[in-house]
Amino acid sequence: MNNLFFKVVTAAAGLLSLRPAHSAEITVFAASSLTDSLRRVAAVYEKASGDKIVFNFGASSTLARQIEAGAPADIFFSADEAQMGTLAKQGLIDPATRRDRLGNSLVVVVSRDSVLQIKSPDDLTNVVVKRIALADPRAVPAGVYARAWLEKMRLWPAIQPRVIPTENVRAALAAVASGNVDAGVVYKTDAAISPKVKIAYEVAQPDGPDIRYPMALVRGAPQSETAKKFLNYLSAKEAGQVFARYGFLLR
Amino acid sequence: MTAVEWQIVGFTVWVAALSMATVLPFGLALAWALARGNWPGKSLVETIITLPLVMPPVAVGLILLQVFGRRGAVGGFLHDRLNLDIIFTWRAVLLALSVMSAPLLIRSARVAFEAVDPRLEQIARTLGAGGWRVFFTITVPLAARGIVGGMLLAFARALGEFGATVMVAGYLPGKTATISLAIYENVQLGQDAHAFRLLGVSVALAFAAVWCSELFLRRNKTRT
Repeated sequence: MNNLFFKVVTAAAGLLSLRPAHSAEITVFAASSLTDSLRRVAAVYEKASGDKIVFNFGASSTLARQIEAGAPADIFFSADEAQMGTLAKQGLIDPATRRDRLGNSLVVVVSRDSVLQIKSPDDLTNVVVKRIALADPRAVPAGVYARAWLEKMRLWPAIQPRVIPTENVRAALAAVASGNVDAGVVYKTDAAISPKVKIAYEVAQPDGPDIRYPMALVRGAPQSETAKKFLNYLSAKEAGQVFARYGFLLR
Repeated sequence: MTAVEWQIVGFTVWVAALSMATVLPFGLALAWALARGNWPGKSLVETIITLPLVMPPVAVGLILLQVFGRRGAVGGFLHDRLNLDIIFTWRAVLLALSVMSAPLLIRSARVAFEAVDPRLEQIARTLGAGGWRVFFTITVPLAARGIVGGMLLAFARALGEFGATVMVAGYLPGKTATISLAIYENVQLGQDAHAFRLLGVSVALAFAAVWCSELFLRRNKTRT
């Protein structure tokens, strides 16, 4: 009996020690629009460093609430300044590490087989555009940007009743891809990853909002030293090239 | 409580009640067929009806989304022929609540029907009553408490449905927002005060519904 007990304990200890002592697990909370590009960047980094990157993708607003509630994040990569700002105000990020890394732009997407023509933003008020998917314009960055753009175009009052708010920008993209809405406003980088949608209208810069993606180390990060290294890597040229390939603007 | 919150509570209660009313005729017919009949495929139907109780609600929601979406078999037909959209409208909420709560009503009614002594029905028939008359004047009154208890359980389940609803209805304040969806959304948005008030309402509603159904089910037991 004693013998068996020892066998179990040593076997368990052996399993635990399989993980190399130097490898660390870095937890990154990142905007859902970064899903594909950041995974790609991390895959390369994991191979080179031996560290493991664990992601929590979601609306930046949701992630900020989770960090406020004490979620064990090392790095926060937000799709807007507002969400990063709320955390900064509460002293929840390390301000010295904060940096605007990426830029993006908005597009209007329709389903690939849609016959809808959007030549100007005014076409979104056409009666045939019954439902427009946006990330929740009350908090989720992609939706907040879209709303800011439409307000600037003085179209928001006409469009608001048709808005289908979604949990994050990828959910808006999925709603367009499934054909359950007529159009959606998402980031250009999102439109590029889905073969089921096509870009119907690109929001050009003077009209469009200034979209910035800040990143920072979370205060009290469980793996702050290794996380800092990954943060530096995200700022470096090699990671920049991957982001650029997915259509992000570099800052 | 704000006007928006009252609207959400009102909508939730209304659509849960409507789903119960929608399910009731089919549910009772099916429960009766399961309790009295012995037909081929019965155990298969029984299993399918119970699935929404045991499957992840989100998975049921995905099935509904596939079937009732604009590209789905049923949803496509409704959209193209009748210009009727289900997904992202209040109809999607009704659909999700009905599917998720129906098993509770059907199972409870079935047990109640089985508890009715068939000899009483036969006696009524020998006295000249037709099938429908026997059903509505003998079977249903004797099974009434089980049926009402099941209805209340189904109603309570409908009030709290989340997983299937969020898949098919999204979150449209004033259109598809139910109490559960609003609680989730408000916490996501950091508006905890809203969420807490709705939490209070949902606790009160659920308590009342379960308490009433317990009352009916218990009395039913002592009677038969």
